[in-house]
Amino acid sequence: MDFSLSEEQQLLKDSVQRFVREEYELEARRKLVASDIGYSEEHWAKMAELGWLALSLPEEYGGIGGGPVDTMVLMEELGRGLVVEPYLTSVVIGGGFLMAAGSKEQKTELLPKLAAGELKLAFAYAERQSRFDLNDVECTAEVSAEGGGDSYKISGHKGVVFHAASADKIIVSARTSGGSRDADGITLFLIDNNADGLSRRDYPTVDGLRASELEMDGVAGAPLGQVGGGAALMDTVVGQAIAAICAEAVGCMDVLQETTNEYLKTRVQFGVPLSKFQVLQHRMVDMFMECEQARSMTYMVNLKVDEADKVEREKAISAAKVQIGNSGRYVGQQSVQLHGGMGMTDELHVGHYFKRLTMIDTMFGNKDHHLKRYADL
Amino acid sequence: MDMNFHPEDLAFRDEVRKFIGKNLPNDLREKVRRGLHLGKEDFEFWQKKLNDRGWFAPHWPIELGGVEWSSTQHYLFQNEQVEANCPSVMPFGVRMVAPVIFTYGTDEQKQRFLPPILDSSVWWCQGYSEPGSGSDLASLQTKAVRDGDHYVINGTKTWTTLAQHADWIFCLVRTSSDGKPQEGISFLLIDMKSPGIEVTPIITIDGSHEVNSVFFTDVRVPLENLIGEENKGWTYAKFLLLFERSNSLTGGLKQQLHRLKTVAAAELSGGAALRDDPAFAARVADYEVQLRTYDALELRTLGKTEPGAEASYLKILGTDLQQLATELTLQAVSYYGNPSIRDALVYGYNEPSIGPEYAAPAAPQYFNYRKTAIYAGSNEIQRNILSKAVLGM
Repeated sequence: MDFSLSEEQQLLKDSVQRFVREEYELEARRKLVASDIGYSEEHWAKMAELGWLALSLPEEYGGIGGGPVDTMVLMEELGRGLVVEPYLTSVVIGGGFLMAAGSKEQKTELLPKLAAGELKLAFAYAERQSRFDLNDVECTAEVSAEGGGDSYKISGHKGVVFHAASADKIIVSARTSGGSRDADGITLFLIDNNADGLSRRDYPTVDGLRASELEMDGVAGAPLGQVGGGAALMDTVVGQAIAAICAEAVGCMDVLQETTNEYLKTRVQFGVPLSKFQVLQHRMVDMFMECEQARSMTYMVNLKVDEADKVEREKAISAAKVQIGNSGRYVGQQSVQLHGGMGMTDELHVGHYFKRLTMIDTMFGNKDHHLKRYADL
Repeated sequence: MDMNFHPEDLAFRDEVRKFIGKNLPNDLREKVRRGLHLGKEDFEFWQKKLNDRGWFAPHWPIELGGVEWSSTQHYLFQNEQVEANCPSVMPFGVRMVAPVIFTYGTDEQKQRFLPPILDSSVWWCQGYSEPGSGSDLASLQTKAVRDGDHYVINGTKTWTTLAQHADWIFCLVRTSSDGKPQEGISFLLIDMKSPGIEVTPIITIDGSHEVNSVFFTDVRVPLENLIGEENKGWTYAKFLLLFERSNSLTGGLKQQLHRLKTVAAAELSGGAALRDDPAFAARVADYEVQLRTYDALELRTLGKTEPGAEASYLKILGTDLQQLATELTLQAVSYYGNPSIRDALVYGYNEPSIGPEYAAPAAPQYFNYRKTAIYAGSNEIQRNILSKAVLGM
């Protein structure tokens, strides 16, 4: 057993930390969040240049061939910086789907562009009625008359599609057969963001990202992976995404824990630093223990996310998501509380981390969802 | 023992209901029900309606415009309004500074300041906290120095709720540095139009503008605006804090529960209503049981004439429940807690909502309600008060 980082991983960590230090001061982030597109193309180009976009992609398609632990190291530091560029949706999720199920042509065409920062991807899965069930899909896809069997027309609604506006292509789950909550009969499709029949309503999210509602009316899509085999594919890739956002959350939590600790040591009330009050010392220790537990489960899930045994893998994923939800809620809420009124201000970075942690809890299923999933496995 | 309302209490409740039914316009009720932003004019409208009926300041002495109600009637009156989606009453004038004025003020001060509070023509805000004085309020540093028949004020107040709308501010200021910090504080009434006052907004994590910083630079305040005696302000401030903490929260909590249940009935999970999902149903039931407990606890305190230590535990338990309700509501709306469109919280927003209409306020309310465990004496401070005052530790 070994939980230490390799030399390459340590270099990667240092390099992301430098990027965050130079580019992600709170004021700079605020400007990015308020800008038209909500992120920076320059940052994206830099992330490509530094090899981060290629990190998890296979070498034969222009990638570096890294594994989940490499992605974890990167995501944790992106979390510490509250980075808003669409790395998770494009590379972890989009790249994950292409690697897991793309045809030779799709991989050859798209993966090198993804690695080079010339392609962005988004993943449209949630529907109004679906809540956290990836297999609750009412969007439909029918074989297109003019496509000769390999082209489909997709119709329906997808909600809260992160970074859809900036994506060149969107991966959409749609039903090619079966009833609305059947695992069988879901197919994933690649659609162009500017395709006929697609309309988007874009908006900012409470944690400073961008998302969209999609309306599709006969949008042309090419299958990604086996027709009807989308459910298993989503399990795999969403599992990888969960492992990655656990790391992002750990980065957020550590910043909050460190900042709050520092604040308690410097804020004087009743003639002494707040850190001298036992009730606050214990609260701080509880926050620290939550961070340690979250980190442990994040390492665990990233070491098991490629595990061949499905039950073992899925249990690890749901267990980690539950712990991250618990820890993120406690650390976020207490950081605000211990900062008092200052914790409530938009001016301080504490609230921004708290909001991101809150939304990570919802993403791909909250605690209740994953407890049920764990129990059912 | 008897936990039932008397027939005359129930008759009173019906009278309140009838009054609300007749006087609360639908659009205002809708704004409150949906958790949308209320403007100054919304609060003013309802306060004036209450005042027309003689019900705006029921806890005041009768000769000044109060009503002789039992504590049960006060409880019913407050909670009926909340449950019927009436705008809340802005407490800074009528519930906070007014009791200090009619208890410790001169006849002149009563005549000057109380009538404009009653008819809502003058708005007040509260100048207590300072950047360096939060939980340790008595360490406050805003100075008032005598200069002829005026005090000259210098310093900064912060977290001043709705200072942007206020005509007057009641302030705790330091008039002496001798002795214990509590012994050098005075209670001053200050006209917000005085030269040297600057108000700057503080935007909170939910994106709203409720609180402000108020800066005082050589602000001249007539000596006659001092309440009671110089250096006795701490006594008046503590008296006021008891009023601030003694608002009944039950009605608001019931309204939050109602909203949560509406959302849980409309949201779907696995093809059925979310309220039928066993895990979520258990959470809602648990919340409801805690709310019943809170209600029973609050009813038990009704017999007491003066708000005392129970104000502290009601504040802790009540704000915990307020926060929990917003947390459950945010969980219920799942992905639609994400979209953040400020205008969607303004009545008359004409675009179709993103996702269900009830989802838009869920995240802002969750974030905003973190303040309740911090303001009016943080819940940690309330525990200190209880351990000292009740448990004698």
